[in-house]
Amino acid sequence: MHSTGISIWFFIGVLLTVYGAMILGYGIYELSSGTMAVANYHASVWWGGLLLLVGVFYGVRFCPGRNE
Amino acid sequence: MNLLGARLSPEMLAFAAPSLAHLSPLDISVIAIYFAMVIWIGFYLKSKANTSEEFFMAGREMTAWIAGLSFVSANLGSLELMGWAGSAYQYGILAAHWYWVGAIPAMLFLGMVMMPFYYVCKTHSVPGYLKLRYGQGSSTVAAVSFAFMTVLMSGVNMFAMAEVMKIVLGWDLNFSIIVSSLAVAAYVALGGLRSAIFNEVLQFVLIWGGALLVPILGLVETGGWSGFKARLAHNIATGATAPGDYTHMWRSMGHFADNPMGIHWTGILFGLGFAISFGYWTTDFLVVQRVLAANSLRSARLAPVIGSFFKMAVPFIVILPGLLGLVVLTNADGSLMHLVGENVVAAHPGAGLHSYNEVLPLMMVRYLGPGLLGLGITALIAGFMSGMAGNVSAFTAIFTYDIYQPHIVKHAKDEHYVLVGRIVTIVGVVISIGAAYLVMNAAGIMDYVQALFSFFISPLLGVVLLGMFWKRATRQGGFWGLLMGTLTSIGLWAWVKADPSALRFVAISPDAKDMAENMYRALWSVSTSVGVNVIVSLCTKPRPLSELAGVVYGATPLPVEEPVPFYKNEWFWTAIAIVVFLALNIYFW
Repeated sequence: MHSTGISIWFFIGVLLTVYGAMILGYGIYELSSGTMAVANYHASVWWGGLLLLVGVFYGVRFCPGRNE
Repeated sequence: MNLLGARLSPEMLAFAAPSLAHLSPLDISVIAIYFAMVIWIGFYLKSKANTSEEFFMAGREMTAWIAGLSFVSANLGSLELMGWAGSAYQYGILAAHWYWVGAIPAMLFLGMVMMPFYYVCKTHSVPGYLKLRYGQGSSTVAAVSFAFMTVLMSGVNMFAMAEVMKIVLGWDLNFSIIVSSLAVAAYVALGGLRSAIFNEVLQFVLIWGGALLVPILGLVETGGWSGFKARLAHNIATGATAPGDYTHMWRSMGHFADNPMGIHWTGILFGLGFAISFGYWTTDFLVVQRVLAANSLRSARLAPVIGSFFKMAVPFIVILPGLLGLVVLTNADGSLMHLVGENVVAAHPGAGLHSYNEVLPLMMVRYLGPGLLGLGITALIAGFMSGMAGNVSAFTAIFTYDIYQPHIVKHAKDEHYVLVGRIVTIVGVVISIGAAYLVMNAAGIMDYVQALFSFFISPLLGVVLLGMFWKRATRQGGFWGLLMGTLTSIGLWAWVKADPSALRFVAISPDAKDMAENMYRALWSVSTSVGVNVIVSLCTKPRPLSELAGVVYGATPLPVEEPVPFYKNEWFWTAIAIVVFLALNIYFW
């Protein structure tokens, strides 16, 4: 995949980072405001956090120019 | 759900009908970011799609992982996700047969046995392989039928997806069709197959990111798999759920009447596990194209093996939510919700009924809050778009390489064919939109189109298999085998349509149901294709062995690959995949 320049994993990392930050941010707001839906199990917090972690890992690991 | 997020104004997106879910601004942002990302990828990859090899074959530079994920993803459309989740709710874990015995053996066979021939002869398509093996006639027949059916299927899926968006979100049909089509046309026309593959990998990640949470939270709520089974058994004992074996795959397959699908184990094993599955996974260019784009023979062989592991895992996000829906979905008054067939919903408008196919969106609405619901909906949209992109990119390659180049403009510059490819991409999308509106105005067509597609797949399997593994097969044998296999399939289908009682002969039992008919029809079709091919070949003059180098077993020296550590060896991972496959079937026996 070298000739493509930017790896697909970088695109995925960027997207997951943005999604993770948005969902985690909302989850924290939800927690702090005490209006969590019953069936939600705080999923926005831990799932958003997980997406953010995976996204940052792939974004950094496959950042263009990192291995040049 | 989405109790907290502000609602999008119905007028803003021409919302027209009561819907299952309403999106918050956060959800809308998640969807909008996805669209921005796919267009960005398309523009970025435009500069990497200048030659025909780059545009149509992604430069044959895909790693095993990229090709493998794309291979699985091209088949993982949103309609399939929702349809099989609905089947799981209706029939139980039997639906997982389509992911395990109906896929894994064929995927491993493609990687380990067939891929070397596809790859070594450097064909750009399955009709391209038929041209090398049987000549231009068979290739053109296969190319024209595939091209026609691909865009038609793309349109059917487009309409079906727009309808889903209308039911789930209340979106206007025209809005869904136009926006998603424009996005697909843009990124495929710009970046070619590479762009389609990149987006399929992206979609694959989004599907898992958006849908995995549903079964996890469902299992947490029910107390795990054993807790789910206990609740299901209680519901069945109290009459709240229809009786049946929802959690075993093989033990109710002894007779057609013993299981709700009306299928016998021979139909599953030979019809689904061989005729349908091998036909689809080893000869349908939509999926084979992804593997042909691999950067080496080893990658091309590993790609389906890698894909097989993910395919085995898909029931976790498709079948399990459908099963969990049996015990966790409740009405507003707390009573257990009962989903019904589409015809029942249509017969009782305004009764608040939901169909089996809505079980996945209902589960998403139950568990996913703002943002997460947007991610789940994005997964469904992404699934649809990548499926459409797969159809369009396959159509473009087949039309340009197997119809336009041999029959219309034979010797043009490379740039000419790339330009034709970009134009054909747009034309393919336009035809798909036309097909979508055709289906919209004559909904009955959808059943016929899907049956039509199945007519060509199984006979093609017989022709490709004999061509690849029997040196004696001739051009005439291939042509007549393909033709008679197709006519057999059409004939059996028409027979049952005209006289439903004929099902007892086609599917061997009066207790057989529709799904069994498909399996046995495919089996008769591939048997006819092989039989006719053998008889005609034995009566006609074979091609000299020297002409078959690179396309037939026994006449093709396979390249010796560099030795690698065992954990990078394709045979090692194939063995692991077989063990996991057997273990799953035994555990859920």
